[in-house]
Amino acid sequence: MMERLGLGDVWSKLPGPVRHGLLPAVVALLLVLYPSYYTDLTSLIGTNSTESQLIPTVPTMVIMTVYVVMALGLNVVVGYAGLLDLGYVAFYAAGAYIAGWFATQQFTPHDVHLASVGVPHSVQGIHINVWFLLIVGAVFAALFGIVIGLPTLRLRGDYLAIVTLGFGEIVPQAVNNGDNWFGHNITNGPNGLTPIDALGFGSLHNQWAFLPSVYYSVTNATSYYYWTGLALVAFTLFCCVRIRDSRLGRAWVAIREDEIAAAAMGVPLMRTKTLAYAIGAFFGGMAGCFYAIYKSSTFPGDFSLNISITVLCMVILGGMGNVWGVCLGGAVLSYLNYQGLEAVGNNFNNIAGTSFNVPQYTYGIFGLIIVVMMLLRPQGLIPGQRRKVELELGVEGGSMYEASAQ
Amino acid sequence: MTTRVQTARRPMLAALPRFSQQINRVAQWIVVGLFGVWIVGNVLSAPQQVLSVLLLGITYGAIYALVALGYTLVYGIIELINFAHGDVFMLGTMVTITVANGWLGLDGTQAWYTTIPLLLLTLAAAMAFCGGLNVAIERVAYRPLRNAPKLAPLITAIGMSFLLQNVGAAIWGFNERPLTSSGASIFPSKTLFNVGGFPYREKSLLVVLITIPVLLVLTYLVRNTKPGKAMRAVAQDMDASRMMGIDVDRTIAFTFALGGALAGAAGLLFVMFQTSTRFDLGFQLGLFAFTAAVLGGIGNLTGAALGALVIGLIQAFNEGLSWHTPGTDWTESIIFAILILVLVFRPQGLLGEATADRA
Repeated sequence: MMERLGLGDVWSKLPGPVRHGLLPAVVALLLVLYPSYYTDLTSLIGTNSTESQLIPTVPTMVIMTVYVVMALGLNVVVGYAGLLDLGYVAFYAAGAYIAGWFATQQFTPHDVHLASVGVPHSVQGIHINVWFLLIVGAVFAALFGIVIGLPTLRLRGDYLAIVTLGFGEIVPQAVNNGDNWFGHNITNGPNGLTPIDALGFGSLHNQWAFLPSVYYSVTNATSYYYWTGLALVAFTLFCCVRIRDSRLGRAWVAIREDEIAAAAMGVPLMRTKTLAYAIGAFFGGMAGCFYAIYKSSTFPGDFSLNISITVLCMVILGGMGNVWGVCLGGAVLSYLNYQGLEAVGNNFNNIAGTSFNVPQYTYGIFGLIIVVMMLLRPQGLIPGQRRKVELELGVEGGSMYEASAQ
Repeated sequence: MTTRVQTARRPMLAALPRFSQQINRVAQWIVVGLFGVWIVGNVLSAPQQVLSVLLLGITYGAIYALVALGYTLVYGIIELINFAHGDVFMLGTMVTITVANGWLGLDGTQAWYTTIPLLLLTLAAAMAFCGGLNVAIERVAYRPLRNAPKLAPLITAIGMSFLLQNVGAAIWGFNERPLTSSGASIFPSKTLFNVGGFPYREKSLLVVLITIPVLLVLTYLVRNTKPGKAMRAVAQDMDASRMMGIDVDRTIAFTFALGGALAGAAGLLFVMFQTSTRFDLGFQLGLFAFTAAVLGGIGNLTGAALGALVIGLIQAFNEGLSWHTPGTDWTESIIFAILILVLVFRPQGLLGEATADRA
């Protein structure tokens, strides 16, 4: 006897990995293919129409991947370990300047070429393979995080926030004045470092034709940067999820919820906090390095406090501690920052016949988002299960960040 | 069966904590000593310059003191770093311009007997505006979060700060805003005397002369009046004071009003002294003032005033002296470095008491 199977029955009979993996797989596939159907999307709405400006362009998508990586990194510090970091941009700067120093003509009398692609030997300066620099930038930022973290992580809660804010203000100024550190031009000051070498696969191109030997040699270079950015997001996501479920991740959550109890259970506070800092900084540095390579330049003006606040806003909007929420928050806010607000403003002006300059008020809008989110939905758009429980119960049992002796 | 007694291995640096306090103290003295050497070096190389810069620093310090007191009052009572406070100050500068120049028509050409009453009126307006605004912010953004995790109101304060900046920019524009169209100050600005080629003007003296009575009134309010006593009680123990019949919400609102009024006064003095303002200068000046509050010992009123004086002097010295001085480019870095060093090595500040909780 044949029983008719409804769609729901078929779905529930599928093996677990398929059920849980289908949605992420579809999303991933759609994201990877984005550059190929972007033009179709715009023509669907009407090419060159004001409405089509709302569709994120491929360059915007590259920036979105950068910010998602940064937001995921900050999520490790703020979301997992509960340490408020207002100077995250310092790590971003560290990564960006690694790319700036070792893949430009900055140190011109010195002439080092190390597996660099697309740089003729006549070009002087230090040129190290930029893939390698992505790792170096991330590791340098992590070390920087440890150096900043060791003296300051003894402080708690709001004091830590203000110290990191201080570092976040000192670093851009030091970089800005870096054209004259005791008479040496290290960072080229406000003029920044440019051009930075492009990514590329060099001789691998001969084996696999779809890998460009150097990105600027192909017409759809931005798509390649986008795919590289997606790969970085995937790597970061993988690391974040794995670390969250590891012994270290559980230690972070324990510290976030009750520092003294965690210490009593044998969690080494300083080491665990410093590791949170270092790992968060690692991804910040990687994002900074990648962004600098993509823009082919780095300037001190890129590292204002606003960036730190924006990334924090992404983590809060998405839901502290939940990687998917943070991805969503990072994507939405960076989209709004680089394209969305302007497009929305243009559309609004078109319809209402006004002339608001919406992008001017970007940070005011972000501020409003922060305030409204904290007041109405402090757990974020997609809260982590655990965080939700904490926010509901945390009030009763006293504060959850500040488990201090009172 | 043999039992092995495990002895804890002695870490290599186990002795370090015993000495760390001494190291700390020595390091503090070294820092103070280097600072002294630097000052003496400058005095020897250009004594008159030091004197003129000193006077400028006192003026900066007076303005910072008024803002820093707002931070320290609020921190003292609800342990919140009110990031939005600097932007309340900025709105105070803007309101001062609108009232004094726009509504009352002051532009520095009037005689003193018209100027002074109208200036007092402006001062009252700016203080009332900023006090009211601060109370409104507390009511809307901080009060609902009073029992939330401690970082929640802090993050809200940052959001509020950005919001206020953009409100200021939307109303008064994104460009530098001059006090009067001629660029003159409304305060009398005749040169009183010259020190080493730098004029000391009447307006600098006025800033200090107005700050001192304001500080005295504040001290009186907090020490001798009933709301002041309630403030101190709430700062010590919120629950106990509620049991004693103190209206905690009203007391906190009063504290915010007081802090806001001080920021309004600071706004007036700042814009009279500098003769222009901008929508985004509040955040940074606020951070400087917060550094001053931390340096003096947060929660301590005298400490905030003292810390503000020190920060004002350091800024003026750094920007005005020439012997081994980093210069204007590094002012922010120096002040934030002081902030970090104080928080890490002496979290109780110059005058605060050591508490286990703060660091």
